[in-house]
Amino acid sequence: MTDIQLSKDPYNIIITGVGGQGNVMASRVLANMLVEKGYRVTIGETFGASQRGGSVMSHLRVSKSFNWSPQIPKGRADVVVALEPTEAIRVLKDYGNPKVKILSNTRAISPVGVIAGEIDYPSMEEIRKSAQELASDVWFIDATDEGLRLGNPILGNIIMLGALSGVGVLPMDREGFKGVISRSIPEDKLDINLKAYDIGKQMVKV
Amino acid sequence: MSYLIDTNEGAKYLLMGNEAIVRGALEAGVKVAAGYPGTPSSEIIESLSKVGKDMNIYVEWSANEKVAMEVAAAGSFAGLRSLCAMKQNGVNVASDFLLHLAGSGTRAGMVIVPCDDPGALSSVNEGESRYFARLVEIPLLEPGDFQEAKDMAKWAFELSEELRQIVMLRSVTRMSHASGNVVFGKLPVSDVHAEFKYDGFVLDPMEGIMISAPVDYRHAQQHEKLNKAREIFEDCPFNTYDGPDSPELLIITSSACTLYSREAISILGLKDRVGLLKLGTTWPLPPKLLKKYLSKTDKILTVEEVLPFLEENIKVLASEMASEIGIKTFYGKNDGTIPMVGELNPDIIVNALAQVIGIDYKPMSDEYANKAQEVATSGAPSRELTFCPGCPHRASFWNIHNALELDGRKGFVCGDIGCYTLAILPCGFSSLKTSHSMGSGTGIASGFGKLGGFGFDQPILSVCGDSTFFHTGIPALVNAVHHSSNFTMVILDNSGTAMTGFQPHPGLKVNALGDEVPSIDIAEVCRALGARVEVRDPFDLEETQKTINQLIEDKQGVKVLILRQICALSPEKKGKKKYEVTIDEEICLGENCGCNRVCTRIFRCPGLIWDKEKKVTKVDDVICTGCGVCADICPAGAIKRKEAA
Repeated sequence: MTDIQLSKDPYNIIITGVGGQGNVMASRVLANMLVEKGYRVTIGETFGASQRGGSVMSHLRVSKSFNWSPQIPKGRADVVVALEPTEAIRVLKDYGNPKVKILSNTRAISPVGVIAGEIDYPSMEEIRKSAQELASDVWFIDATDEGLRLGNPILGNIIMLGALSGVGVLPMDREGFKGVISRSIPEDKLDINLKAYDIGKQMVKV
Repeated sequence: MSYLIDTNEGAKYLLMGNEAIVRGALEAGVKVAAGYPGTPSSEIIESLSKVGKDMNIYVEWSANEKVAMEVAAAGSFAGLRSLCAMKQNGVNVASDFLLHLAGSGTRAGMVIVPCDDPGALSSVNEGESRYFARLVEIPLLEPGDFQEAKDMAKWAFELSEELRQIVMLRSVTRMSHASGNVVFGKLPVSDVHAEFKYDGFVLDPMEGIMISAPVDYRHAQQHEKLNKAREIFEDCPFNTYDGPDSPELLIITSSACTLYSREAISILGLKDRVGLLKLGTTWPLPPKLLKKYLSKTDKILTVEEVLPFLEENIKVLASEMASEIGIKTFYGKNDGTIPMVGELNPDIIVNALAQVIGIDYKPMSDEYANKAQEVATSGAPSRELTFCPGCPHRASFWNIHNALELDGRKGFVCGDIGCYTLAILPCGFSSLKTSHSMGSGTGIASGFGKLGGFGFDQPILSVCGDSTFFHTGIPALVNAVHHSSNFTMVILDNSGTAMTGFQPHPGLKVNALGDEVPSIDIAEVCRALGARVEVRDPFDLEETQKTINQLIEDKQGVKVLILRQICALSPEKKGKKKYEVTIDEEICLGENCGCNRVCTRIFRCPGLIWDKEKKVTKVDDVICTGCGVCADICPAGAIKRKEAA
């Protein structure tokens, strides 16, 4: 897996979700895994107010030679990793293109407008159909549900990272993940995180 | 141990811009650091506080930005390199001291790092700190990438020492909160002794007294320092040019806009036609350097965020040199090529470049763009900002809203800066009707409370966070008590500077370095000032609402209500549920209950969702934090809570 070469330079990744889902953590772990492989990576993040129930997005620019702008130019995402399914749809209008790949969690987080009955949340079938219309490859996985089975829904983001490694477009491997994640979590949490990564990888069949 | 103090020269890390600035300061041997939290600046002092013990650095979260700058200045005066960091509006707070400090000068290297927030991603303003550098006449540096953020931070201390003047190192959100590769330099082993020398000749910069007077002398000195900075900037490696010898168009830029501009040139394939002059030293501008590059072409595009600071300063130089460099055509903010408001990005620069050069560019086919837009409209419901599940502010504003409704005299709330600013939205029941700077809700309430003589009879409340109380709430309260104003100040005490990540404040028993310190009791301070003070738990809805009604009916002077409940995201609370909350589906009548779905339609906690099939409210166990407040708002008693195991 480590021999995977990026299909273009810079290679542009969006990790999106809702505040509190561990979006920032997932983007840092992925970026550090790629830095360990010798790449130059720029991360652009939204912080602050957007954490309070709003959409959050991290842009990763991966390159052999250069730290590119922290914002991906319009229409130039290569992979979208969505921790919440409608967030995948939201980013496509700005960053999508017919070749984009989407890896999405299935667990919905209702916006307050939906809770209040002012707006509708689309069905999973509609979301799937929209994604398929706008992307070249689409994977939907039950990452939060698997995380809950492992004891903590927040593990959903590690499951998503494992799944991303399974998609086979980025030079990610288990050892690299282990090296990076062990720097940012207590030792007794390492096994469960590795397990989550492995489960994620198995959930994506390419 | 933090990777920021890795002693290996040449070590490579992925660093956030703020961390890169910290590493640069560490490589410069910074010894005193102070700031007040504010996005996007907070990680600077926070990262320094984590290595403070290891590196023997005094680090503090000060009561406000002005005090932070004063604390840092003391370090410089005593011979220790010092730094203060703040968000853009913090510079406004500190500016009175900054003006005088620029007059007195500094001793050991001193750097102020303001982090501006173009586009107001985490602010309620697009304040500009660059103009302060010009206004108070001090040098201004702006890093253009992550490596430079580190290298420039280190150099800023050396420059400050050479000039004996404070240096401003300005960052922006997309630099501070973006991350990129950084190669570490050497970490010094320092052994410094602090001493404030004052018994030399009175005007001696190193051994005299520190004061901005006599003004004519000191001000002239300041200009000499600026002239010296200008000379140094002529040959500064942070000013770079990339492009052909005779470009059709010259872009002049700085900061994160360097990255956008470079990307735009690359997207449009204009590397052989467009030159890029990236300035790291943006005040004072080096005239010889500008002359060299302005002479290369007749068309100049200035790319910068917020105000046309660079653009206007370049135009002044260009008009002074017009006889030598000829007449130029300028593109930028003033002619509308670059928008005057909001943050920039590569696409905006692509459009600007395409327009000036005269080429067509479409980032997406119309077909894809239309389809993606159509799908997003129905498939991506908007996410209105809201208080977090379990947030004490939701309960506090529920109580305030209900008390004001019961009172019925069109009462309102004056607010300021914090998570609770969101109470302008439905999540705070739209209770907040004014919001400006830190502490200003109480100052405005103090003014409203004196309008009784003009027939004003609406109940007035102000809200203020615990950290904000110490920052600028106290002078407003002093003013109100002294002038016998009539209103109720509600202090939303969630035990930390929550919005920016739980930095300690003077009300807490621990400081930035983790040492035990005396805490200042907010209630005692208010009582000592002469206000009537009540303390309640906002989760106790009945008692809190009753108290608010009593206080707004009391027309005698200033009342203070402290609503004390720890933030739901605080480390001691997060992940621990006090209650297991469940819905009794037999009791919940949904749309058929007379409550109008009060829990999901009005209270709107994200932990409660509406089950469309069963037509009842449901608890989302992944989101619910178990505060249990919703059990008290359901009139049917369908929401049940029991102590969590």
